[in-house]
Amino acid sequence: MVEKPRVATASLCGCFGCHMSLLDIDERILQLVDLVTFDRTPLTDIKTLGDCDLGLIEGGVANAENVEVLREFRRCCKTLVAVGACAVNGGIPAMRNQFGLAECLRESYCEGIGVHNPGIPNDPEIPLLLNQVHPIHEVVAIDYVLPGCPPSADAIWTFLTELLEGRPIAFPYTQIHFD
Amino acid sequence: MSKSFKLDGRAIPFETGQTIMDAALAAGVYIPHLCHNPEFAPHGSCRVCLVDIGGRQVSACTAAASEGMEVDSSSEAIQATRRAILQMLFVEGNHVCPACEKSGACQLQAVAYYAGMLAPHFTHFFPRRPVDASHSDVIIDFNRCILCELCVRASRDLDGKRVFAISGRGLESHLVIDSPSGLLGDSSFAVGDKAAHVCPTGAILPKGRGYETPIGERLYDREPISIVGDVRAHEEEVV
Repeated sequence: MVEKPRVATASLCGCFGCHMSLLDIDERILQLVDLVTFDRTPLTDIKTLGDCDLGLIEGGVANAENVEVLREFRRCCKTLVAVGACAVNGGIPAMRNQFGLAECLRESYCEGIGVHNPGIPNDPEIPLLLNQVHPIHEVVAIDYVLPGCPPSADAIWTFLTELLEGRPIAFPYTQIHFD
Repeated sequence: MSKSFKLDGRAIPFETGQTIMDAALAAGVYIPHLCHNPEFAPHGSCRVCLVDIGGRQVSACTAAASEGMEVDSSSEAIQATRRAILQMLFVEGNHVCPACEKSGACQLQAVAYYAGMLAPHFTHFFPRRPVDASHSDVIIDFNRCILCELCVRASRDLDGKRVFAISGRGLESHLVIDSPSGLLGDSSFAVGDKAAHVCPTGAILPKGRGYETPIGERLYDREPISIVGDVRAHEEEVV
């Protein structure tokens, strides 16, 4: 028996909306688990990444941990996909690029409305923020992009099924949108 | 006998003095464009209407139609060049579609869909640009300005006000407002001005109406711009 393709997913600086949209394929998830084996993904809660055929990345790159996870995915995944606006162009989190990092941290943790016990968190376990939020193609090479905020369940389904069947991927007009 | 040229193999009639764009629009054939609006003199700056005539690439909105010419507007090579131009427009500004009131009825977005652009590809500039909310009825978000000069032309040629101009050169080019403070609220600009209704992106928007039409039911949500046409033709429905 041929082994099923292994798929891993991660949410970097995103809102998990793209993962929720993946779950919006509803009962088709039963077909999906027949087609693939899930490796590291929030859906399985597996924390370590093995060699995979396909990696789906949600979210942009905003901190040191995001860089580490993204590079590990690139190393382990034959095909890497930017899923959703944040992975594709930084999305909403990249709107902080309009301001300096110190300015953002001061506003959030020191001077913002309703802040109690002001002070910028500095626990060594908290990943350090990058100066700017970047789309993932600015950090690693990627093979495919799937735009949308989030990409619809149907767009994700079209993408996965056509890719897994080795067909050229073509979307109906309504499945590609940037918002 | 009327004169004609070939656009992607199809005969397009034209009259002397018409551009390729004029003739194509009159014949109901879509050539993508952003800075072009038939109500104003052609500008030729966005380069999205690029077409190929015998190996030479020209902007359809400024090139005169001539008898027997063969124009290619839909080959993969032309579409690829358009995608690269659009990708540069996207990375030069801050086009955050999920956070934009214009999303779904935005001509920049719709032309990107038409050209098959999926991602910006290039490295983002993430320029720091202001939002001017000083005017009581209209907001200007400079992050979304693509320097098409439609507002400049509308204010100068139709409104007779010259509220807008482009200042600086090259990468420093930016839209400026004629008022003592440089703010829109201190200018003679009014929501009824033509210049308030020609922006192909979400850079100039009326206040308080951003979400009257829900996302998913907007101009380009169901059908492509090649069928639906420009935003300006649907002003009343979408703004």
